Amino acid sequence: MLEIKNIHANVGDKPILKGINLSVNGGEVHAIMGPNGAGKSTLANVLAGRAGYDVTEGSVAYRGNDLLVMEPDERARDGVFLGFQYPVELPGVNGMTFLRMAANAVRSHRGEEPLDGMDFLKLMKEKIAELGMDDALLKRAVNVGFSGGEKKRNEIVQMAIMDPHLMVLDETDSGLDIDALKLVSSGINLMRGPDKAIVMVTHYQRLLDYVKPDFVHVLVDGQIVDTGGAELALKLEHEGYAAYGVNEAA
Amino acid sequence: MSSTETQRTIDDAGNEAGGDYKYGFVTDVEMDIAPKGLNEDIVRFISAKKNEPEWLLDYRLKSYRAWLKAEDPEWARVEYDEIDFQDLHYYAAPKSKEDGPKSLDEIDPDILATYEKLGIPIKEQEVLAGIANSPNVAVDAVFDSVSVATTYKAKLEEIGVIFCSFSEAVIEHPELVRKYLGSVVPAGDNFYATLNAAVFSDGTFVYIPKGVRCPMELSTYFRINTANTGQFERTLIIADEGSYVSYLEGCTAPMRDENQLHAAVVELVALDDAEIKYSTVQNWYPGDKDGVGGIYNFVTKRGACRGKNSKISWTQVETGSAVTWKYPSCILQGDGSVGEFYSVAITNNYQQADTGTKMIHIGKNTTSKIISKGISAGFAQNTYRGIVRVQPGAENARNFTQCDSLLMGDQCGAHTVPYIEVKNPTATVEHEATTSKISEDQMFYCLQRGLDPEEAISMIVNGFCKEVMQQLPMEFAVEAQKLLGISLEGSVG
Repeated sequence: MLEIKNIHANVGDKPILKGINLSVNGGEVHAIMGPNGAGKSTLANVLAGRAGYDVTEGSVAYRGNDLLVMEPDERARDGVFLGFQYPVELPGVNGMTFLRMAANAVRSHRGEEPLDGMDFLKLMKEKIAELGMDDALLKRAVNVGFSGGEKKRNEIVQMAIMDPHLMVLDETDSGLDIDALKLVSSGINLMRGPDKAIVMVTHYQRLLDYVKPDFVHVLVDGQIVDTGGAELALKLEHEGYAAYGVNEAA
Repeated sequence: MSSTETQRTIDDAGNEAGGDYKYGFVTDVEMDIAPKGLNEDIVRFISAKKNEPEWLLDYRLKSYRAWLKAEDPEWARVEYDEIDFQDLHYYAAPKSKEDGPKSLDEIDPDILATYEKLGIPIKEQEVLAGIANSPNVAVDAVFDSVSVATTYKAKLEEIGVIFCSFSEAVIEHPELVRKYLGSVVPAGDNFYATLNAAVFSDGTFVYIPKGVRCPMELSTYFRINTANTGQFERTLIIADEGSYVSYLEGCTAPMRDENQLHAAVVELVALDDAEIKYSTVQNWYPGDKDGVGGIYNFVTKRGACRGKNSKISWTQVETGSAVTWKYPSCILQGDGSVGEFYSVAITNNYQQADTGTKMIHIGKNTTSKIISKGISAGFAQNTYRGIVRVQPGAENARNFTQCDSLLMGDQCGAHTVPYIEVKNPTATVEHEATTSKISEDQMFYCLQRGLDPEEAISMIVNGFCKEVMQQLPMEFAVEAQKLLGISLEGSVG
């Protein structure tokens, strides 16, 4: 699904990623953990192709293709989904309209007919019900005036509708109370499947209580310094990153 | 945005610059054209062509003499080469009109084809034969200086609604024309209005009788075709007591390297409890990406809320023209009358727009609302200019004004010039203004949800303009939304 080889990336002139190697197969859930400033969000943004994140070395293969030559919107249509740490407000843009445009962008890429209003509404209602949510948020402008939890829930709805192959979730658990965390987690779990892969970038272990990872990677100063199973996250929760030479109090 | 993506967008822009204005074609039709230049003989020529009564010729000649003494206004934030008024044709009409076509069948097929190409339904049966959501619209089609077709006239006549070309109204309903012509925009109002009063060619006349709610949208479609011709449209809409009408105008012109002048005058009169909703989708040729060519759109539009509790609502979507100079205004004379101005003005490349409104509160308990959305891209300059004036007798007048500007890139300009003059202490006047840019975050968010850059821009801009766009009649809202996207193509980068 995803083959990251020796990726180096700069933000501006500053090197952030310094040789990342990561292999993700269909059906797997990977957690990327690490202290602030380690490069977790940079990795997520590099995968999504955000401007300003320049890859200086290395390669990324996504489903056998060179991901780095693809435009950000092409990546999205081809099934790379980024769950934003800070979902962006789009004043005046109706949530339902936005979601339908996103859904149809993906559909046309897959050679499917675009959904008309009625068919879309049906699909949307199905997905929302599966997620245990309601469509109140979709009747408002995208993310405008949403609470932190509402924004993250909205990301999950978008993810469910776009039905991506590779989901990169950037601090999706931040700013969530326990009920919202459960709702969001169950939404993520619904997306698991043999041809789906999830990469969760997180600072804390608590999301991993609900979405059990197959692999946990420790990212420190732009490199993956340790890899283990779910138990590694628990260990980090107790011991912090001191073992990797990080003084988090600093 | 990545450099490859920027390049892709620039390439699109390059392709689009020549081809994005899909209305840029010229129709080859035999024309009856006045010689170039402006003098009393030309004024007489136009009047004679239209078999006008003596009083109207006098009106024109007086206006012409006043115009000779008037000066081109300079206060607007627009720059353009001086116009050589002797180098223009002031009358151009398709020849077949000479014989006076009695039905659509007699109109030059090339002209019919033109409107077909523009997507304007001037064959009634086409509208009727249309599928479920076919627009419920009557159309007056103006081609250069004359109206070539007006649809649904007969059907509207049955309920007393007069919907015809201005020239026809002068012959058929002289008493109404004479009573209201120049009563809102006096002949000597300003340089371009005065010029229009002297040489106006054609436009639309609408009269809605007492208590009638006009059952369909009325619309005029203006087309400039002939080179070096000025278009001087004249439109007059009267809504008698307790009546309602929604009217829409659209405009296009061929792509040419020379600038062309469009100087219209529109007058609206709303009597007691009457309401006029006037919408404009202005898509004159804007010039090319280097600012060569395009229409000078110097327009005077004004409505008088003459009766108590009357209402006039202007909605404009201004995407075309090289230079726009336009202030659709409301004179709120009747007690309890309401004026509204909803505007979207988009300028891209080297376009310039100086547009806004005047809300003149005279009657008691009058209210006005101004929502202006200005979008600038490329090297364009976009100015909101408006006056809210509360006269001494306007007890409890209220105004709310909101002016939002959206900038794309760092070479364009947005300016807001609001004047507020309050002469009555009971008035409440509110003004809000914002200026923002489409953020890279917003763009990336949309791209990450699979939208291509043009779709993303169009969606964000439509969101920005939503309050105005939702005022448009349904039949035109979708088209106008697309137009916003097209106008901004190539502006990402």
